[in-house]
Amino acid sequence: MSDLKDAGHLLRLAAVFVVAVLIFLVIRAALVPKGFGKLGHYRSEALAEIAAKPINYAGHQACETCHSDIVDVKSKGKHAGVNCESCHGPLAKHAEDPASVQPAKLEAISLCPRCHTANAAKPKSFPQVIPEDHSGGVPCDTCHKPHTPVIEAAEAKP
Amino acid sequence: MSMTRRHFLILTAAAAAAWDSILAGTPESAPNYNASEHWYGMLMQIEKCIGCGSCVRACQLENNVPDGYFRTWVERYHVADWTVESPTVDSPDGGKNGFVELKETGGKNFFVPKLCNHCADSPCTQVCPVGATFDSPDGVVLIDPKYCLGCRYCIQACPYGCRFLNPSSETAEKCSLCYHRITKGLTTACCENCPTGARQLVDFKNPKDPIHEFLKTHSVQVLKPYMATKAKVYYYGLDGSVR
Repeated sequence: MSDLKDAGHLLRLAAVFVVAVLIFLVIRAALVPKGFGKLGHYRSEALAEIAAKPINYAGHQACETCHSDIVDVKSKGKHAGVNCESCHGPLAKHAEDPASVQPAKLEAISLCPRCHTANAAKPKSFPQVIPEDHSGGVPCDTCHKPHTPVIEAAEAKP
Repeated sequence: MSMTRRHFLILTAAAAAAWDSILAGTPESAPNYNASEHWYGMLMQIEKCIGCGSCVRACQLENNVPDGYFRTWVERYHVADWTVESPTVDSPDGGKNGFVELKETGGKNFFVPKLCNHCADSPCTQVCPVGATFDSPDGVVLIDPKYCLGCRYCIQACPYGCRFLNPSSETAEKCSLCYHRITKGLTTACCENCPTGARQLVDFKNPKDPIHEFLKTHSVQVLKPYMATKAKVYYYGLDGSVR
């Protein structure tokens, strides 16, 4: 005990120190979110929150489970690599509830030129036309079937 | 009971450590998706891009990107033979509605799709003062909108100009590599809707990913390699004039 005889002021200082540390820890615990620092210098819950956002594009795998007839037609043509929603638009809601949500009818005259209008910056091998010169306003799907765009043999025509 | 100052300090430190672990709580249970099994990037094939803007439209519809802002966009480069170092670049409305033919079509013309490069050493993550931008364990640079202050520091730091401040939420925003899709086994909205396969989501940790075969036989580049950001969007057929 003789060691602590003159140490009263140090103990009081230590008590102040302990109280300050505890206050700091309580404030810190209140302000720092629970998962912060678990995986890195960020809130680990954010990963799950971002991953939980709803999707708008169902993905071609979802389309193909029902529309296998279209897949068969499409796989033979030049558009085999073009995924369904690239033209038909986001249809996750249709994939969830096919009966009540119907995809909109597409207008070939405005849809096809999005890709096939001639442009010097497009790859030379890509099929491109000047729509006005090519069809003169006649909708593309008059001659080309969108899922297999190549024009069928000439005997189909009179 | 006697207590020396040494004992007292040791006990205080131990108590603080114990208190901290009590406050941390139990970790949440992990979902089926295992982030450590993936390492994402993207492959861009310039010679396949037709500048149709499908990726830009798909991204805006998938991620509710406000009009006039872009998480991905397409640039058109026009390089006359005598100005390789100073190309003319345009991107009307991010290339969302395609590109009208230029008057000057000589020289070299091509499209360059751009998005967040999901750098392994991302400058934006390094400058975020609060830890709202972070590198996920699967190699995606993400933003925690609940934690972002909107200080715009990251927007200045990104060498690729990939970030913007969402005018309604006042938080920083950029490509999330469709984290809500890729964690469900889908590809990103832009890759799903690219009609020519010019952009492909890549999982470097998946041994079956076609990227491994591709990289064996093709030369690829990243944008601004001198920034040492370890960008993970690889470009095949990239011209030297692209900045």
